[in-house]
Amino acid sequence: MAYSEKVLDHFKHPKNVGTLDKNDSTVGTGLVGAPECGDVMRLQIKVNPDTQKIEDAKFKTFGCGSAIASSSLATEWLKGKSIEEALKIDNMDIVEELALPPVKIHCSVLAEDAIKSAIKDYKTKNALS
Amino acid sequence: MAGIKKVYLDNNATTPCDPRVVEAMLPYFYEHPGNAASRSHPFGWEAEGAVDLARQQIADLIGADEKEIIFTSGATESDNLALKGVYEMYVRKGNHIITATTEHKAILDTCKRLEKQGAEITYLEVNQEGLIDLKLLEAAIKPTTILVSIMWANNETGVIQPIKEIGEICARHGVLFMSDATQAVGKIPVNPRENGVHLMAFTSHKMYGPKGVGALYVSRKDPRVKVTAQMDGGGHERGMRSGTLNVPGIVGFGKAAAIAKAEMADEAIRLSALRDKLESGFMAKLEEVYLNGAKSHRMPHVTNLSFKHVEGEGLMMTFNQNIALSSGSACTSASLEPSYVLVALGLGDDLAHSSLRFSLGRFTTEEDIDYALEAVSEGVNHMRNLSPIWEMYKEGVDLNSIVWETH
Repeated sequence: MAYSEKVLDHFKHPKNVGTLDKNDSTVGTGLVGAPECGDVMRLQIKVNPDTQKIEDAKFKTFGCGSAIASSSLATEWLKGKSIEEALKIDNMDIVEELALPPVKIHCSVLAEDAIKSAIKDYKTKNALS
Repeated sequence: MAGIKKVYLDNNATTPCDPRVVEAMLPYFYEHPGNAASRSHPFGWEAEGAVDLARQQIADLIGADEKEIIFTSGATESDNLALKGVYEMYVRKGNHIITATTEHKAILDTCKRLEKQGAEITYLEVNQEGLIDLKLLEAAIKPTTILVSIMWANNETGVIQPIKEIGEICARHGVLFMSDATQAVGKIPVNPRENGVHLMAFTSHKMYGPKGVGALYVSRKDPRVKVTAQMDGGGHERGMRSGTLNVPGIVGFGKAAAIAKAEMADEAIRLSALRDKLESGFMAKLEEVYLNGAKSHRMPHVTNLSFKHVEGEGLMMTFNQNIALSSGSACTSASLEPSYVLVALGLGDDLAHSSLRFSLGRFTTEEDIDYALEAVSEGVNHMRNLSPIWEMYKEGVDLNSIVWETH
C-alpha cells in the first residue's frame, strides 16, 4: 500500500518520541489499544498548572506506519493547547491531515482515544472534572 | 530508480522468471503461433509438439507419466479442480473431506463452497510446529470420507507435512489424497506416486517459470482417479480442463521444470546456508527473535521470524523501499486479524503481528542477505525505540498483567 508523504515523513522522523514521568501529578498518560490488535499507543501530556496549557507531549506506539504517524501528529497538535482545545481534536482531522485511507481510519480513532485517555488521567490525578 | 538497492526476498509470493525460460518461450508468441488443438496443419503440430515436450519435462520432474499432467491457469485453479472435481465425481460414495486449518485459501475457500453444497469438511488443527497429527487424521477418517487434502509445504512458514505417512494412512483406508504442492515442486524432490499422493496442484511461477500456467497431477493407475471438469468447452486435457492451451506459458513451465530438475539439489544447499546465515544473524544481533514453524521439517529457502514487540507492517515500512518480503501482520485488511496460519500454530496474535517471512530464491546473493540482515535489524531497533510495549518489557512489566483496551 502506498502511504502519503506526510505519513512517511512522520514515520521516518517521528516527533516527540519519549516518556514522561507517569507519577508526576502534572502528567497525564493514555495507553490505548492492545498488542493482539496490532496497535498500542501511549500518549502523555504535561500540563502547566498555572496556565492549564499543555506544555509538552510525548508518545510511543507499537503499530503500523499510520498509527505511528497519527500519534506523532497528535503530540505536535497538543503542544500549546488548553485541555478544552485538546478535547476538540477529532480523529477526522487526523485522517484529513495525513490523507489516511479508509482501512487506516482506526489509527486516527486510536490517537483520539489516546488524547482523551491522557486528559482523563490528568484530570483524575488533579481532581478536576 | 538507479542507485537504490533492491533486494527481493519474497520468492514464496512469486519467483522471477529465469532468463533461460523467457528465451525458450519467445518463439511461441510469433514464430510458432499455432493452437495445440489444431490437428490439421503444421502450426498446430508444432504447438502440440512443444506442449508434449513440456508435459514430459514436468512429468519427469515429479516422477509421473506425462498423461497424468493436466494444464491449468495456476495452482488456485488446480486446487479448485481437484476438490470440486473429486467431490462431484465421488459424492455418491461419500461427502466427507479432511483438510487442515493452515492450508492456502484456495483450498479453504473451495472447501467452504463445497460445504454449502452439502459436503462435510473436517479441518485438522496443527501443533506448535505447524504439523498435523497423524493419529488425529486417521481418527477423522470415516466411511463417508472421499478425500484428504493436505499441502506439501506451507507458504508462510515453509513447514513440510509428513506426506508419505499421510499417503500410507489414505491408502490403508481407501481414501484419495490430494496435496497442494505449490511451494514444494521445483525446490525439493516431490514425487506424488512414491508418496501415495493421487492428485497434486502446482504452478509455474513459484519455480522460475511464467505466471498464468499451472498443473494438476491426476493419478492414472492404482488408483485411476477421475475429476469432473469445472470448465466446459472443447474437451482439452482429456476432458478435464477445456480451454485453448497457453502454449508459450506451458513451454516456459516445461523449461523451468527441466532447469529445476537439474539444479534444485545444489540450489537447496546454497539457499539453506544463506537462510541459516540470515536466521542466526538476527538471533545474534537482536533479542526476542522467535522462529515460527518446525525447524527440522521445512523448506530450505524460507524462514518466518517474529521480532517481538514490534508490529510487522510498520517494521516493513522502515526498509520496504529496498527489501521485498511479507509480514504475517494483516494491518492493511479491515479485519485487523493477523495471519491465520501463524495463529493456528498457537503463536498468539501479538507474535503473529510481529512476524516477517523471508523467502529466498535462485537469484538471491550473499550480498543480499548481508544487506537484509543490517537493514532489518536497524528497522527493528528503530521500531522498538518507538514501541511502548518494548519499553515495558525492558522495565520488567508483565505484559499479561495489563488490561488492554481491545478495540
